[in-house]
Order: sequence, then structure tokens, then C-alpha cells
Amino acid sequence: MAISWLPFEKDIQDLESTLERLEAAGGGEGGAEEIRRIRRELTSLKRHKYSSLHPWEAVQICRHPDRPQTLDYVDLIFNEYVELHGDRAFGNDRALRTGFARLDDQKVLIVGHQKGHTLKERTECFYGCAHPEGYRKALAKMKLAAKFNVPVICLIDTPGAYPGIGAEERGQAQLIATSIFEMARVPTPIVCVVIGEGGSGGALGIGVGDRVSMLEHAYYSVISPEGCAGILWKVADEQTKPRAAASLRMTAKDLKRLGVIDEIIPEPLGGAHRDPREMGSTLKQYLRTHLRELGMLSKEDLLDHRFQKFRGMGVFDEVAATTNAD
Amino acid sequence: MNSDSGSMARPKRGVPEGLWIRCPGCKASLFKKEVEAALNVCPECDHHFYMPAQGRIDQLLDEHSFEEWDTGLRSKDPLEFVDRIPYHQRLLAEEKKTGLPDAAVTGKGFIRGRPVVIGITDFAFMAGSMGSVVGEKLTRAAERATELKLPLIFVSGSGGGARMQEGILSLMQMAKVSAALARHDSSGGLYVCILTNPTMGGVAASWALQGDLTLAEPGALVGFAGKRTIWNTVRLELPEGFQTSEFLLQHGFVDRIVHRRDLRTEVARLIDYCEK
Ligand SMILES: [Zn+2]
Repeated sequence: MAISWLPFEKDIQDLESTLERLEAAGGGEGGAEEIRRIRRELTSLKRHKYSSLHPWEAVQICRHPDRPQTLDYVDLIFNEYVELHGDRAFGNDRALRTGFARLDDQKVLIVGHQKGHTLKERTECFYGCAHPEGYRKALAKMKLAAKFNVPVICLIDTPGAYPGIGAEERGQAQLIATSIFEMARVPTPIVCVVIGEGGSGGALGIGVGDRVSMLEHAYYSVISPEGCAGILWKVADEQTKPRAAASLRMTAKDLKRLGVIDEIIPEPLGGAHRDPREMGSTLKQYLRTHLRELGMLSKEDLLDHRFQKFRGMGVFDEVAATTNAD
Repeated sequence: MNSDSGSMARPKRGVPEGLWIRCPGCKASLFKKEVEAALNVCPECDHHFYMPAQGRIDQLLDEHSFEEWDTGLRSKDPLEFVDRIPYHQRLLAEEKKTGLPDAAVTGKGFIRGRPVVIGITDFAFMAGSMGSVVGEKLTRAAERATELKLPLIFVSGSGGGARMQEGILSLMQMAKVSAALARHDSSGGLYVCILTNPTMGGVAASWALQGDLTLAEPGALVGFAGKRTIWNTVRLELPEGFQTSEFLLQHGFVDRIVHRRDLRTEVARLIDYCEK
């Protein structure tokens, strides 16, 4: 399999190719010992590197073209998939997919961003940037799921909602606003997982749930590192983008610390694209566990806990009021 | 730190310094006093200038009826965010500049004798952007409107949307306020939002467009993505009047465009229609 390496993986790549050469040469006298040594070195190098990634390096991993996307997880995790296309108003948004599926025997609704792998797919999917009709479709299908007691799984993977003329004409802000508003009270369990990019309002538009978690190298942010760099330093280049990525505290670890997400779902060494099968089975286990837990709650408790979850978000001080005293 | 940050000490703002100002709408030179007397609206072309939160309170609510809430809420700097200056320093500078401790003012008052809960975001404080304090104030306002069974009126003036300096926590304020508004709605409460210039990004994509009724001042900029972002993506000339109140009305996202001088009457009238 041809693996495309990222720039910061140079050391690992070099060692991997050394190892391949030695293995191809068949070991021989002293060679076997050398191979074992390099394997050990490689393992420790990888462990060290991937557990201490700079936020900007994590961003590159979660944007890797081979990283599994919603429809890959559909294949890897679910037994069946019945896609539902209609938003009943304007069109079928290929950047946001919805459909019934079975997790083991359990009926679920999948709602997820799709970026596409090939250039053709990517163009068709607007690189995972959904339009208003995508959010309209997502909400309509969530309400359908709730009507028949089917839990919802939202897989978030978008650089952001599409910034275009048509998107604005058709109410991008309105449809995201409506989706967030209604998701706060859709009476069925909702489990959200940021599987790649959690780009701002476009991510939150399908991100209000009873559980919100992230894959290890995913990011979730109010603004893209490029956007932030452009605002703060006028240009988004190789110096400013990493600075912005670090300033925004957008990694899974940061969000866990800030109390925004429930869990960090570990990825295979090097990222989900290195072993999609393993990633799929980890994610599947996560979904099983949480759907089981949520399934035991009454509708009332479910919605009350969901409200309290978001109600508690934010960091501020409260000093004694001075306005009326002076 | 500025100790007298109460409403009495708030300076008059919104119209540039000097006796005369130039209207960006009609290019006329206007006598500043005359514009102020007309609620910061151009007497020649009806261009709506910026109006600070205190001015909005004076203009919308019955005299001396406003009771401000949650004045002790202060932003922290959980990300230790540094742009040109550290965020905690920026907050102090903005407070000094505007006399406001953050970008939202909330409370209770009367509109032509009708009790309401009101929340306003002020563009002067960090472009009216929403961080944890703005989110918390608006959420509490919505919750109290539900408890008190009162109509809730929000006036949005947020160019920045969600506040970048508080990162993901700002994004989560969108969900927090929305969840409180959804509860208010489920309880049968009325929520009216008045869109003013500008209402963009995460504020537009949450509470500003979740009202039972959506009103807008004329000519306000309202939208999701910034014009520059859109231009960078599509590389097309944006249509005339793109993302204005009139554009939103034309596309079905605004119920009525209301001149500033008519807002109080109009809101009072709509409240009466939605009484149970
Ligand atoms: Zn004018």
C-alpha cells in the first residue's frame, strides 16, 4: 500500500525505508539483529512522536487525504446503510449525509459530513462544506429518527459550513441556528463524534448531543487556524498557522481539559488512516457503550442532562455587582 | 481597573468626534447634534448609525424602567490567548474604552407598559462578539424570561460572531444560549430578535435567528460568512445589497424591517398579538 507521509514524519519515513531495505535483503549474518534493533527504535520513535504532536501536526493528520470519512465508517462499523437524500426544499447536499443503519442489531440514524477522497468526490462534496440544505436535511432526519425512537450518531468532519453566495441566499446562518436550537430538544439519544475537522458553526450545526467526543487527532475550533492566522497576523503561512493552531487550544486534549468533550477516542499509532480497521473497531465499541448507557435514560432525563451539559459550558468570574451600589 | 463601570459612567459613543459627521449612506455632511437627536439615524437618507446598548435601552424601554441584571459577570482568559495584546489586557482596554464590562447588557424593563426581559449586544466592545460572559448573560436572561413568563427581546449587534479569544468555549455559547431559548419556546414563551448592524457568524448562526419573530433595522449587515471569506472561496463579485436586512427579507429570513424610531411601537404591537 502506498502511504503518503506528512512533512513532520520524515524521521519515521526514513527509518521505515531503511527497515524495508534490510528486510528485502533477507537479514543474513548480523542483519537479523540490526532489523530487530531498528524495529525497536521505530516503535519508540513513533510512540514518542505521535503522543506529543504539535497541534498543527495533528491538524495535518486529521486532514490527511486517506483519513477515514463518514462513509468509510459506514462500511467499517455498520451492517446496513439506507441513505436518505431529501431536504424537501432545495436539493441534496453531498457534503452532509444522512441514512438509517444498523450497529450490530440496533437501528440508528447516521448524520455525517463527507469530504470525498478523489478529486471528483471532493468537488461533489464541496470538500465537506455543507450548504443550508444539508443542515435542513440533517434536522429533518433527526426528527424522523426521534419519532420512531431511533438514536442518532453524528460524525463531524468539516472545515466549516460553505461560505458562498447561494449558501447565504438560502440562509446558511438560519439553518445552522435552527439545527442547533432543535438538536437541544430532539427527543432521542444523540452521540456526536468529531472524526476529523470540527470547523466552527458548520461542525456545531450537527454537534449538539448527549455525548460529544473526539478522535485523538481531531480538532474542534471556533475558527480555522488559517482564518485565525489571517486575522491576527494578516497572512496565513507556515509560521503563523502553527501559532494559530496552538493559540486556539483546539486539540482533543485541550477540549477535554476545557470540559467541552466527554472522551478522547484513541487512534491507531500514526493516525486513523494508518489502520482504518482498528479505528473502526475502537469507534464501534465507543458507540455501543454510549448508546447502551443513553438508552437506559427516560426521555425526560435524557433531555434534561443534554440541557445541563451545554448549560454548564463557559469560563467566567462573578464579582459583586457594583452598578446599583454606586 | 476602572471602578465605576456602572451605567451612569458610560460615555456617549457611536458618532465620530467633532461637530460634523459624514454619512456613509448619502455622503452628506451632517450636524452631529441633529443626528443624535434623530436616534443616530441620518435625517437625509435614513442610514442607521451605530447605537450603544445604553442608547438602545433609552430608545426601546419606558423611562427609568430598566433594571440591569448580572452586572458582576467578568470574562476570564482560559486559553491564555495572545493576539496583538494578551486577551486579559484587551478586556481591560475595552472596558476602559466603552464603560462596559463585556459586550452584553441584560435586564428587565417595560415597553409601553408591557414587562419584558431584554438582552443587547454592543458592537463597541470587541465587535459585540460572544464569549462566555455574553453567553451566560443571554442564557440567564432567557431562563428568567421563562420563569417570569415574560416576552424576551434580544437586540443583536455582533460583527465578530463567536469571540475568537475564547476559542471553543465561545462556540459552545451558541449551543448554551440556543438550548435556553429552546426551553423558553417549549414553555410557550415569546422571543423576538431585533437584528442590527452588524450581526454575523456565530451570533447570526444561533440566537439572532431563533426568534418567533425576526425584525431588522434597515441596511444592517447580517450573514454567516464574512464577505472576504466568501470572495476568497468563490472569486465572484458579490451582488448589490448582499447580506443586508433587505436581502434577508427578500429571501424570507426576516419578518419585518423596522425603522429605529418605530421599534418601540412595533415591538409593543407584536407582543400584544402574541399574548395568551
Ligand atoms: Zn445619509
